Amino acid sequence: MDSAFYIAILTAAITAGTPLLYAALGELLAERSGVLNLGVEGMMLVGAVAGFLTTVATANLWLGVASAMLAGGALAFVHAFLSITMRANQVVTGLALTIFGTGISSLIGRRLIGVPLPITFSDTPLPFLSELPIIGTVFFRHDPLVYLSYLLVPLVWVFLYWTRVGQNFVAVGEDPAAADAVGINVNLVRYIGVIIGGMLAGLAGAYLTLALAPVWLDGMTAGRGWIAIALVIFATWNPIRAMFGAYLFGGVAALGFRIQILGWPISPFYLQMMPYIFTILVLIFVTYQGRARKLGAPAALGLHYDREDR
Amino acid sequence: MANVKGLNLKLVAVVVVLALAIVVTVMVRQAQQPDPVDVTTPLKVGFVFVGSIGDAGWTFAHNQARLQIENDLPWVETLFVESVPPGADFERVVREMIQQGATVIFGTSFGYMDFMVNLAQQYPNVKFMHATGFKTAPNLSTYFGRVEDPRFLAGMVAGLTTKTNRLGYVAAHPIPEVILGLNAFTLGARLVNPAATVQVVWTNVWFDPAKEREAAISLLDAGADVIGQHQDSPAVQQAAQERGAFGTGNNSDMRFMAPRATLTGPVWNWFPFYKTVLESVRAGTWTSTQHRWAMPDIVDLGPFNDALVPKPVQERVLAKRQEIIDDKFFVFTGPLKDQAGTVRVPAGTRMPVADMLSINWLVEGVIGTLPAR
Repeated sequence: MDSAFYIAILTAAITAGTPLLYAALGELLAERSGVLNLGVEGMMLVGAVAGFLTTVATANLWLGVASAMLAGGALAFVHAFLSITMRANQVVTGLALTIFGTGISSLIGRRLIGVPLPITFSDTPLPFLSELPIIGTVFFRHDPLVYLSYLLVPLVWVFLYWTRVGQNFVAVGEDPAAADAVGINVNLVRYIGVIIGGMLAGLAGAYLTLALAPVWLDGMTAGRGWIAIALVIFATWNPIRAMFGAYLFGGVAALGFRIQILGWPISPFYLQMMPYIFTILVLIFVTYQGRARKLGAPAALGLHYDREDR
Repeated sequence: MANVKGLNLKLVAVVVVLALAIVVTVMVRQAQQPDPVDVTTPLKVGFVFVGSIGDAGWTFAHNQARLQIENDLPWVETLFVESVPPGADFERVVREMIQQGATVIFGTSFGYMDFMVNLAQQYPNVKFMHATGFKTAPNLSTYFGRVEDPRFLAGMVAGLTTKTNRLGYVAAHPIPEVILGLNAFTLGARLVNPAATVQVVWTNVWFDPAKEREAAISLLDAGADVIGQHQDSPAVQQAAQERGAFGTGNNSDMRFMAPRATLTGPVWNWFPFYKTVLESVRAGTWTSTQHRWAMPDIVDLGPFNDALVPKPVQERVLAKRQEIIDDKFFVFTGPLKDQAGTVRVPAGTRMPVADMLSINWLVEGVIGTLPAR
């Protein structure tokens, strides 16, 4: 096989990794504010079906993206209300969100099965950049949503580490009582974190139905929401590492198929296990006493904050 | 006394009026029901689906047949539950259906097999029908279609369409059913185009559109120009269309999802079979059987894409289809060689059905291995 074949593996890793990246960035923001949202799979599905429905109805992809983000954000609002205002258990409401999102997306999508999308996000090579050897092919011959994700990663990074509001996010995730004491509205920050997280999960879903596999089918996220949650841990709550992780996780599938074609004696089952093994290793490492904070795990992740309890 | 008599009269009048009202109501009801047999003995049938009826594939096809039953067979009433994983849930769902009066149960996944054997023992008066399985009981039948036949025909179309002589095949799990289909596809392609080879890629998943698409693209990158599939979603067809290549679908007619790529493909049509079974139950002639129906019922080759498949090709493939239906041609007739060139089925003999249903080797012309190796 020629070198183009190997370059194609990297190219495929980017496209397969993009929905994971969006969902992981969203979950990262929610978790940074201290709220664990296990409803990513449900929010992705709702976003996927909303984006598809809107694009079928209007033939406008960006309206589809907007409605996917709206739908994901709306579902996340439910989680925010239950877990922040009502102080319900975050794990339970998150799981409920996934079950609810799976069901409602399938209900909404009943009449969309087999409906072709009038227009899809197609590859638009960027001028100049796409001419670069290898890098141009791998990174700059994709659809606009991939380019958008390139911009989003540094944006989230700058937001979290270099802006005042972003630092408030981190503070709330680390020590909500202290954040409250210096005048940060803990609940507001958490609401924003969860809802933006939901919007990005919705966008991740829309990437599936509007770009990657332009069709609506029940449960078509096929567990990607869960991989995104694992990815946040794997990336130790860092957006830049989440990007590498997403492409690594995405590339595993692409690599698995190519290895079969090349006839290498590696079982694709081992490759499919890799992301999960990595995640488990990172999880063990992170939870090892004293390491968690250094690696960026928000100290108040999953905990309620109630001023009265201080 | 008069007072009492008056009261009695009033009471009698009320009772008479009430009684008349009841009689009239019953009569009106009966008048509205022209065929009392239909009301007293509707045949209640339970369908348990492994997937969602919105999967546009396997479960969708079964549900289409169920809807047609509701429509065409007025003496049948259907119940269904979708997305039932094989396991304790399945038994619970079936028990509830039986409590609601179901006397025939259709289970549409291989994984239900042992649970259906248990249930058949516990409910000897209920007829159980298990798709794709191989275990039977006095009140448990199995049913499936010879889907390898239309896959062979799809392979012929692919072999006559390819320019590069490199075909691709996106396969789900390395189990006999899928291996048999891959082998049939390859035999079909090489019957009409001996230079053709079929590169296989295993996804290890029945349904994941994004992954199926990625598998298809890896095959297209490797130079394949027609891709067959044993997957549940149309993602492979769409990927082929994007690259200007072609594909053969699976489960249902996928032409409308990729009108510039999908040539044809095997399709399921369960209604004739379900109708026959339900009629035999009604007539009291139902017996435990291992149904393995051939074309044109349960399975068939779907419609051709007239814009992509020339008439002479269609005629050639349809002639072979007729030979298969007439039993003049059998796909797995020797000599059949495996990838190493060893003769597995001697010349002139038909591969025994039991061997076909437990096949674990790939025919000559397939490139790639079983992932277990």
